[in-house]
Amino acid sequence: MTSYSVEALGLNKSFGRRLIFNDLQFKFDKAGVYGVSGPNGSGKSTLVKIIAGIIGASKGKIVHKLNDKEIVAEKLHNHIGFVSPYLVLYEEFSVYENFNFFAEIRGVKFNKDRIDYLLEKFLLFKRKDELLKTYSSGMKQRVKFIFGLMHSPNLLILDEPTSNLDDEGKNSIFELVQEEGQNSIVLIASNEKSDLELCSDIIYLEKYK
Amino acid sequence: MNSKAYSLFLKDFKSELRTRYAINALAMFIIVAISVILFSVGNEKISPSLTGGLFWVVIFFTAMSGLSRAFVSEEERGTALTLQLIAAPSTVFSGKLIFNIILVFAMNTIIAILYSAMFEAFIIKNFALFLTSFVFGNIGLAVSSTIIAAIIAKAGAKGTLYPVLSFPILLPLILTSVQLTLFAFDGISFERAKFELAIVVSYDVIMLTASYMLFDFIWKE
Repeated sequence: MTSYSVEALGLNKSFGRRLIFNDLQFKFDKAGVYGVSGPNGSGKSTLVKIIAGIIGASKGKIVHKLNDKEIVAEKLHNHIGFVSPYLVLYEEFSVYENFNFFAEIRGVKFNKDRIDYLLEKFLLFKRKDELLKTYSSGMKQRVKFIFGLMHSPNLLILDEPTSNLDDEGKNSIFELVQEEGQNSIVLIASNEKSDLELCSDIIYLEKYK
Repeated sequence: MNSKAYSLFLKDFKSELRTRYAINALAMFIIVAISVILFSVGNEKISPSLTGGLFWVVIFFTAMSGLSRAFVSEEERGTALTLQLIAAPSTVFSGKLIFNIILVFAMNTIIAILYSAMFEAFIIKNFALFLTSFVFGNIGLAVSSTIIAAIIAKAGAKGTLYPVLSFPILLPLILTSVQLTLFAFDGISFERAKFELAIVVSYDVIMLTASYMLFDFIWKE
């Protein structure tokens, strides 16, 4: 059994003179569903981007560990799944082509069985060979979930996971979050009460100004 | 790392075939630039030194019209975040560099063929020297253009910033490559051109090393 942990050590982020959050500390070292909440502009997306290694912090750092061994920044992307409304996949390719390229660029084998399972789960299997630009925004949101899950990440980051989804879509995401939370760390950044109800522990960003 | 970079290059290549993001811009620029030069020259005979200079002018501006696309297209479409989530910075830079190197070689080979067909003064007496300077000049052009594209992709006025930022960085390479092209026209030996060749090779090595060292900071906001 692998153990994964993510820890924030005195995290501070400012954009120019505007302080987003200061001295943020947390540690998630057990599989489960955790949350990040705060009003609009409080830095939820900024925090999850820092955790995913997309942007840097102004002060402090995030430490990712796998079996008590720190993961180097160069290899972090293979352990993280990230889903957000501002994530854009390649619209000139089909869903299958997108995932094939992502697997090759990651340097992992294209796991057809897992992709097919996820496509079936998100009701997209029949349209797997169609170009992504022909998909509706709700379908694209579901494709992003497959993107986040295709490599079985240790840490799944979901930024506003239920935006663009109908009630049926939201329910399947809630099911998936609880399922993933059994074996990996799931971090949800959201203001939606229904999203945050799934979380066992929540970071309220307004406390860190 | 190499197979990952090659996979990224393949992704860009297939994307380019479907979107024609850079190829159309490059092809149009080459045709328009060479046509304008031909119309303005008319029946006059131009000297080999002017032909060599104009050859590199067309190469420089064609590169400016198309090579920034490697990163600009990712930023404009919003797919840069996707790349950050699937690949290490060094993989991204290597993949984009392979794409730009192939694009530069294809583009400049076409320019050289058109020049030799349309300009009487474009006669190469030392072909080996021309080929050597062409290869190292193209590599330098591709490396510099790729790292500058990564820098300007996050800026606002991308179109203006690209040639403005590229000009001082590419100037030593362009000046030396023009000189080497003139040497090739004059049939000068490798021995006499070794100083200029050393400058071009050094430029390539410095730019490549600096680019790999800086790319992490450029790529991560």
